[in-house]
Amino acid sequence: MLKDITIGQFFPGDSFIHKMDPRMKIIATLLYIIMLFVASHPLSLIVGILLLVLLYQVSGIPLKMVTKSLKPVVPVILFTSVLNIFFVSGEALFKFFFITITKEGLTLAILMSLRILCLIAGSSLLTYTTSPIELTDAIERLLNPLKKFKVPVHELSMMMTIALRFIPTLIEETDKIINAQKARGADMESGGLMQRAKALVPILIPLFVSSFRRADELAMAMECRCYRGGDGRTRMKQLKYGHRDWIALAVMVLCIAAVLLLNHILG
Amino acid sequence: MSDFIEARGISFSYAMDDDPNPIRVFEDLDLKIKEGEMVAILGHNGSGKSTLAKHFNAILMPDEGMITVNGMDTRNGDLLYDIRQEVGMVFQNPDNQIVATVVEEDVAFGLENIGVPPAEIRTRVDDALERVGISEYKAHAPHRLSGGQKQRVAIAGIIAMRPRCIVLDEPTAMLDPAGRREVMKTILDLNKNHGITIVIITHYMDEAAQCDRVVVMDSGSILIDSTPEDVFSHVRMLKSVGLDVPQATEICYELNKAGYTMPTEVLSVKNCADELQKLIERTYAAKRKAAKLGSKNK
Amino acid sequence: MAIIKTENLSHIYSEGTPFVKTAIDNINLEIEEGEMVGVIGHTGSGKSTLIQHFNGLLQPTSGKIYIDGEDMWADKAKLRDIRFKVGLVFQYPEYQLFEETCYKDIAFGPKNMGLSEEEVDKRVREAAAFVNLSEEQLMKSPFELSGGQKRRVAIAGVLAMKPKVLILDEPTAGLDPKGRDRILGQIKEYHQEEGNTVLIVSHSMEDVAKFAKKVLVMNRSKVFMYDTVDAVFARAKEIAEIGLAVPQITQIFAELKKRGYDVNPNVYTIEAAKAELIRLLEEGGDIRA
Repeated sequence: MLKDITIGQFFPGDSFIHKMDPRMKIIATLLYIIMLFVASHPLSLIVGILLLVLLYQVSGIPLKMVTKSLKPVVPVILFTSVLNIFFVSGEALFKFFFITITKEGLTLAILMSLRILCLIAGSSLLTYTTSPIELTDAIERLLNPLKKFKVPVHELSMMMTIALRFIPTLIEETDKIINAQKARGADMESGGLMQRAKALVPILIPLFVSSFRRADELAMAMECRCYRGGDGRTRMKQLKYGHRDWIALAVMVLCIAAVLLLNHILG
Repeated sequence: MSDFIEARGISFSYAMDDDPNPIRVFEDLDLKIKEGEMVAILGHNGSGKSTLAKHFNAILMPDEGMITVNGMDTRNGDLLYDIRQEVGMVFQNPDNQIVATVVEEDVAFGLENIGVPPAEIRTRVDDALERVGISEYKAHAPHRLSGGQKQRVAIAGIIAMRPRCIVLDEPTAMLDPAGRREVMKTILDLNKNHGITIVIITHYMDEAAQCDRVVVMDSGSILIDSTPEDVFSHVRMLKSVGLDVPQATEICYELNKAGYTMPTEVLSVKNCADELQKLIERTYAAKRKAAKLGSKNK
Repeated sequence: MAIIKTENLSHIYSEGTPFVKTAIDNINLEIEEGEMVGVIGHTGSGKSTLIQHFNGLLQPTSGKIYIDGEDMWADKAKLRDIRFKVGLVFQYPEYQLFEETCYKDIAFGPKNMGLSEEEVDKRVREAAAFVNLSEEQLMKSPFELSGGQKRRVAIAGVLAMKPKVLILDEPTAGLDPKGRDRILGQIKEYHQEEGNTVLIVSHSMEDVAKFAKKVLVMNRSKVFMYDTVDAVFARAKEIAEIGLAVPQITQIFAELKKRGYDVNPNVYTIEAAKAELIRLLEEGGDIRA
């Protein structure tokens, strides 16, 4: 069912990573991604993999969640691997009719696959350990300097918050509407592309109508609670960098250095 | 007790864009709500009760007449946020009034809007969560809660602002019986133990029966405004405007119609059983007396 | 013959995950044709899951379900036809309307059944008549109607499919007393005229007492009771113990009984209560005392 889809699912917890400042978590994640792309040899990527295993251990996120988050990217990995294996020229390892597999191709395929896997698992760790509201909050604050350039930072983050808040509600509602139309004999599983597109109308229209109604009611409820944009607003949760944030930053910087060193050695 | 909300001769109509004849919702309506009262507004769908409620915190403004909240005229734009801090509003659909993705963040939303310092927000949020009894869910995502719990989150968000009055627009209409009980218990506690004025719009007679005062609206005017006991004794009038009465009241009314003398200002199970017991004993005593007389006459 | 029959029917959500939940557990139930059943139970008691099985929206984790004698999941190709025998009206059905006019919306189900143009037209008009929709309203957009009217359009959309079994999940939720009585009255009328089986999920015992002949009480994923209204309300104490409210009038009579009066405590409507009290007043009282 649709309900099972996890969109940035957050696992509440009390770990070192959970307690980090979300801004530093975003910065660290960005550094981690940079590190993945700096690594030019599969063996340098080992640092990235080890770090990831360590971080998941510390965070207490069940390993099952990692595999779950990686499942959807498997086709992407297969696709890029195939491309790399067959189409990168270099020293031939294996020849079969017109198919040639090169050493360079194989290396690149492994490198790319590992990169993508680490990228997804790494950024999933951010969303698993950071509540969506902390995340939007952190983004709002990291982007705060842009306010000077008239970027509507508060409005954007409020939009994100509301979107996150209503995704589960709307998923549930979609489920209900699908069931209701199915009970009226709507056929959504058979037919060609056009027919299937047409079969979506009885689901999309009620969904739109209800979203507008919800938006209307939410806007009124927000007004009742004195909402008037970002000016003069305070926040209950104040963000403050602490010890653990500086430790995390140091770890990331050291890891990047290690990767650079390995790159150099493996050359 | 002084009047907290006062509506004097208010009229309101919805103007449709392309319709030259606006739809009149109510006309020349007067209503006073005293500080500390718990008032139910009853009426069928379309009787104008929700529209009226939206006048109490300046969501809507009367076309004619005026409404004051604690002496503040709702038409005065400068006082808008003061009015909305004094009169909080809870709506029917709990899903559509929760803004944040974490319970405590949502409770903090109003306080953040009015610029309360962070440390004070924290204490007021914890306080509000405690008062509605959902502290243990403070770190939960709202969509994981039951309807009754969500509605209590909404109420916590309002009471964190420390309003003197809360207007609830059919807060239990979408809830199951357990959720309805939770919400009513919370509302009663806020009124009785914390002195918050309550205006509750409802379809449920048992909820209205728990209030101090019941106002019945029909096609934009106030039909009757009195204590629940008195209001529900007008069984025929209520039925004629599509409303129900508690079964306790109805059985007394029916017995009256059948020629037995029964008070009709009866709302609760115990009260009704007491009155029925009295009636039975009275009837039996009369029978015994008649039998005695009969045997004497023989 | 039973129109709906279940054999050891169980449904487990999210099996194999930490969120595993047994929604219904080993349900054995036979609902006879032509019955008017009230279904009650707490939120989460399994009643919604159960009714979704009746129409094939959910597949049992284990056990069997027979509709009109046919095993629903024996042949997936036949599932759709069996599904048409059971009409399901969801909670707040007005939110599923989508067509330009009420007429077209009501016709959606019958059209999906592959009926002829004339038959669809006939059924739409019949269904509209059952829920008291005027010709003028039929041609309007459903979004122009009031909440109560919209709900009646949605119900008509299912009635038009002429299901042998009609299931309604809280058809009166959120309505005022007038709208509630109206919809219940129309359903009752439809039941009496068509003689088909109707199941209504409700939270209100007062309503159940008014329309149903039989009551199905669900509690903790199991069937707690399935019996006539009289037999179920005779066990009012047990119902109250699982936290469901019995009608106020039943509570009043229980109180009178407790105080030593010779009343029949199985009273749940005002009419029955009145008759019982008048009997007590006229016949009771020891005259020789």
